[in-house]
Amino acid sequence: MKKMCVVLDDREVQDNPFQPDMWRIVRKYPLTGDVNFFQARPVDVDEALKFNFVPGQFIMMSVMGEGEAPFCVSSSPSRPGLLEFCIRKMGTMTESLFALKENQTLGIRGPYGNGFPIEKMEGKDIMIVGGGMGVAPLRSLLLYILDNRDKFGNVTYLHGARTPGDMLFREEFLQLKERDDLRCLLTVDKDDTGMWKDKIGVVTTLFKDLGPIDAKNTVAAVCGPPIMYKFVMDYVVKLGIPKHQILMTLERRMKCGVGKCGHCAIEYLYTCIDGPVFSWWDVIHMKELIGRGANDKTIA
Amino acid sequence: MMILKMKKEDLPAFLDSVKEWGELWGPVKKGEKVTYAKVDALSQMDLKATRTIIPPKKFLYPQRFTMFDFDQDGYVERKGDVPKRILFGIHPCDIHGILIMDKLFLENYKDPYYAERREKTLILGHSCIPDDKCMCIATNTDFIAEGFDLFFTDLKMFYLVWVGSTKGHDLVRMRPDLFSRDLDKNDILNYTEYRKWKTAQFKSNVDFTGMPDVFELGYNSPVWDQLGDKCLSCGQCTMVCPTCNCYNQVDEVELGSLEGTRDRFWDSCMFREYSLVAGGHNFRDKRADRLRLWYTHKLQAYIGEFGKPACVGCGRCVATCPVDINVVTVSTALKEQEVGK
Repeated sequence: MKKMCVVLDDREVQDNPFQPDMWRIVRKYPLTGDVNFFQARPVDVDEALKFNFVPGQFIMMSVMGEGEAPFCVSSSPSRPGLLEFCIRKMGTMTESLFALKENQTLGIRGPYGNGFPIEKMEGKDIMIVGGGMGVAPLRSLLLYILDNRDKFGNVTYLHGARTPGDMLFREEFLQLKERDDLRCLLTVDKDDTGMWKDKIGVVTTLFKDLGPIDAKNTVAAVCGPPIMYKFVMDYVVKLGIPKHQILMTLERRMKCGVGKCGHCAIEYLYTCIDGPVFSWWDVIHMKELIGRGANDKTIA
Repeated sequence: MMILKMKKEDLPAFLDSVKEWGELWGPVKKGEKVTYAKVDALSQMDLKATRTIIPPKKFLYPQRFTMFDFDQDGYVERKGDVPKRILFGIHPCDIHGILIMDKLFLENYKDPYYAERREKTLILGHSCIPDDKCMCIATNTDFIAEGFDLFFTDLKMFYLVWVGSTKGHDLVRMRPDLFSRDLDKNDILNYTEYRKWKTAQFKSNVDFTGMPDVFELGYNSPVWDQLGDKCLSCGQCTMVCPTCNCYNQVDEVELGSLEGTRDRFWDSCMFREYSLVAGGHNFRDKRADRLRLWYTHKLQAYIGEFGKPACVGCGRCVATCPVDINVVTVSTALKEQEVGK
């Protein structure tokens, strides 16, 4: 029962957590055949530097008349003022989004979710493993770490794509290979063009080139299609990285982003407020996090 | 808490007076069923009715409403047009349901639409007589200690009236002549007698003890597929459940214009699109998956998080489901590993 002591009612809060702010698209170009890069800034420029977030968080984006959907941020909070997104054309909402031109507006509210625990990751070695669209949230983390390089130990970045043409941010990552303060390992499943000078094979082939790592002091961040987790996690766990230090970010249907609409519920968690970043230990003891499914009999 | 005494014959006069604060709503017979309706007087209400079709959540969280009006310049919050209402005759299970809704909508990102309606809706609870579908005794929601503004316990000749909020007290102050604070030994005896009597009325012997473990053990049970084969995915269970909050939202645009509204409406986790994401992947494609989500939420996950089920034992799913899937049949099927006929 509520205690009856001198407690004043909550101050009337005027903020509506569902209120989208208007942002302007300032840059837009294709990254691959069906994936576009978007840069946006608030219509009210004074708001631009006030938008703080953590890598791994997401926002709810509104396209006028089409509705609202969650998107992860691909840029780093260490480069404030603009938000960057990497979005694949999938349905009616993204179709309308792709039809928008520079200087047209869209609605954004957020940021939401827990994001990566970047403060706890400081001082650790970092291993990032991305496949396909999984690069979208991981790029935010990678850029953040590179912009605060002295706070982290060894940094390894593993990235797989189906073909060179499907590799998101290909030029950007090829340039990262030139840096001597991180190991950037790239691979493609196949290359029909003959132009790809780097590794060929699925992302797990890159683990052979890893060499010794300080597993107990490493935090891994993995994101990619469900099929990738199945194979990659086996490798990552075998490296000896503690299961609660293996992080991943998940996708679910969401209508609110703030734990009200129910769609992203998994057991007692909401992906939107308790996630979208979870650990491999969460996945093992909660059955539906990455859809291991009712028939999954895996114990290890 | 302040507990007052009121003569039973004074209730019509009291309700007549409080109408000055806002609209009076109560349970009213509609065909064979009972529903909440706006009334002028106590005589129109059916206080013997056990349960309404839809719980009072519909007053705090309407089936469909507009959140924003939008045009090219942005989104403007739709405000106002929420009437002040006094709901009379709300039973303990439904007040427990409202408390669960409060936790969801008012904590951790307060929902202003729910908050405004909650603020403008007074809850005047009333004691009830359990029928064969009531199981609030199994969910520990057969009595209520908070969440109401006033609560009336019917002790035949008079009411004991719990005053649960300052606003409830304000209603009392509109007619202080109808209330008394002179409670004596007989009142206490009558009340304990009433509690004993109410507890003896329950006919359902459902037992939710140990359900979290049974759910965990039964995650892969074929019982879920058998239930899924029966389920019609109609979503009625979620509409009538006092603790179901899920919603969807949609932008409605005027044809040939860039103006429109963003509307919110009740959704159901029984619907196929509920967990569908862009690109066509559906996290809960099978009816069995969706049923398991609902029952896991009510009888396992919520208990793990808050120490009590998200079922308040109102019996609406028992009364509503056309194919007899409800908290009783599902928990029994899981425990006995057999779906009843």
